[in-house]
Amino acid sequence: MMNLIDEGGKRLDGRSFDQLRPFSMQAGLLKSASGSAYIEQGGNKILVGVYGPRDSRSRYGTNQDKAVLRCRYHMLPFSTEERKSPQPSRREIEISKVIRDALEPALLLEEFPRSVIDIYIEVLQSDGGSRGASITAASIALADAGIPMKDLVSAVAVGKVNGHLVLDLSDTEDKEGEVDLPIAVMLNSGLITLMQMDGKLSEDEFRQAIDLAMAGAKELREAQRKALVQKYFKEVDS
Amino acid sequence: MKGLVLDNLRRDQLTDAISKGRRLDGRGMSEYRKLEIRPGIIPKAEGSARVKLGDTEVMAGVKIEHGKPFPDTPDQGVLIINAEVLPLASEYAEPGPPDEDAIELARVVDRGIRESKMVDVNKLVIVPGKEVYLMYVDISVISTGGNLFDASSYAVVAALMNTKFKILKQEENGSVIPTGETSELPIVDLPVSITAVKIKKGIILDPDVEEESINDGRLTVAYDQEGNLCAIQKGQASGLKVEEIMEMVKMGKEKVPEIREMIRGALEKNG
Repeated sequence: MMNLIDEGGKRLDGRSFDQLRPFSMQAGLLKSASGSAYIEQGGNKILVGVYGPRDSRSRYGTNQDKAVLRCRYHMLPFSTEERKSPQPSRREIEISKVIRDALEPALLLEEFPRSVIDIYIEVLQSDGGSRGASITAASIALADAGIPMKDLVSAVAVGKVNGHLVLDLSDTEDKEGEVDLPIAVMLNSGLITLMQMDGKLSEDEFRQAIDLAMAGAKELREAQRKALVQKYFKEVDS
Repeated sequence: MKGLVLDNLRRDQLTDAISKGRRLDGRGMSEYRKLEIRPGIIPKAEGSARVKLGDTEVMAGVKIEHGKPFPDTPDQGVLIINAEVLPLASEYAEPGPPDEDAIELARVVDRGIRESKMVDVNKLVIVPGKEVYLMYVDISVISTGGNLFDASSYAVVAALMNTKFKILKQEENGSVIPTGETSELPIVDLPVSITAVKIKKGIILDPDVEEESINDGRLTVAYDQEGNLCAIQKGQASGLKVEEIMEMVKMGKEKVPEIREMIRGALEKNG
């Protein structure tokens, strides 16, 4: 097993167990999209554009009662150590699905029958936890698009490395560590909208891991809010 | 179907029953449908099993080949799990490449097996770094009657446990040939997948197709032999509270020994 924690209890990048990687978020930077956001979290650089609600171009796949949410999570070919084929991989198809399912509960889709909302997530550079960062950013982009939402969705992974539960896994911690447990949550209601896990945890560890993720999500939520405030209320401040 | 009077009545009846701690088919909240596991049904495959779980029917087959290991795991055999919902499996299924649901199914089953370390892949090496055994496991869904995740997982577990393959060696000239001996896979764990869904405020295990269609959140958890959680997938565009998740995990953990015994029993009887 690779040594991922030093004698002083610090992680390879100097973080403590419950510390997020440095992050920054920005709302509304694409001109033609209805809403957009950009996030950096550790080495992740992710751009999200939302189009819609707009009329569905095809009759197939529309719903008489609500907007249909579509989501594509896509990694650029140069975003990884080894070139990623531009064709969608099975991993990307699954992640697109779970991200869509994680965001949909926050949206009031009934307001827009017979229309579609497209979420395009482009991973410009990938690091550990890209699905979480994608959800966090997509949530800002949806709010920026003016789509009515019950809450923002905030997401982060918890993991286990060298026997310790840690927040917000880096790429190395994800690959070399024992567990990866990404969680997305709507903090107002406490509803968890995404949860996946690879690797072994006891029931007690699992419960602690959720608490650790919740604390991380709170911090990210504050930054999501700030990103939106900065775009929409700049003039009031100055 | 939405808006049809009878469908709505049925739905009300279903949710009403569950809120009272009952299910329409008379099962208890944690009770699985009748589970039948038949290993070894396809003699040409190195391993195989057919699983019936109520109206759900799934087959899994194992083919063992040899080839190069993945660059990041040069000293390990390779496990590849695929799933296909056959077009005859339901009126909604269509021929064509696997859609996102089939891909999710394969990946969730894969994670449960892989993360439990069920098969000791370190032992599936012919020449380290060069030649390893490749385990291709294919899931074919024959009938979609709800809870494909668990049925498929049990089929794959049973097929892997039922696998017998030819031991290979590499000759001086580099060609890989059979030694003439056969072996079972190095099985070191027996993971069990348990799927729970929430309907209104009630939590049930092993949803049938009707219960699945009205669920308010799904959680599939794989448990290893020590009772650890080794893979999780939340499904459905909906939210679950932490307490609900913990309740699902608890109900699942209590169910595991019974299912594990059934898988073992089926293999002993037929194997």
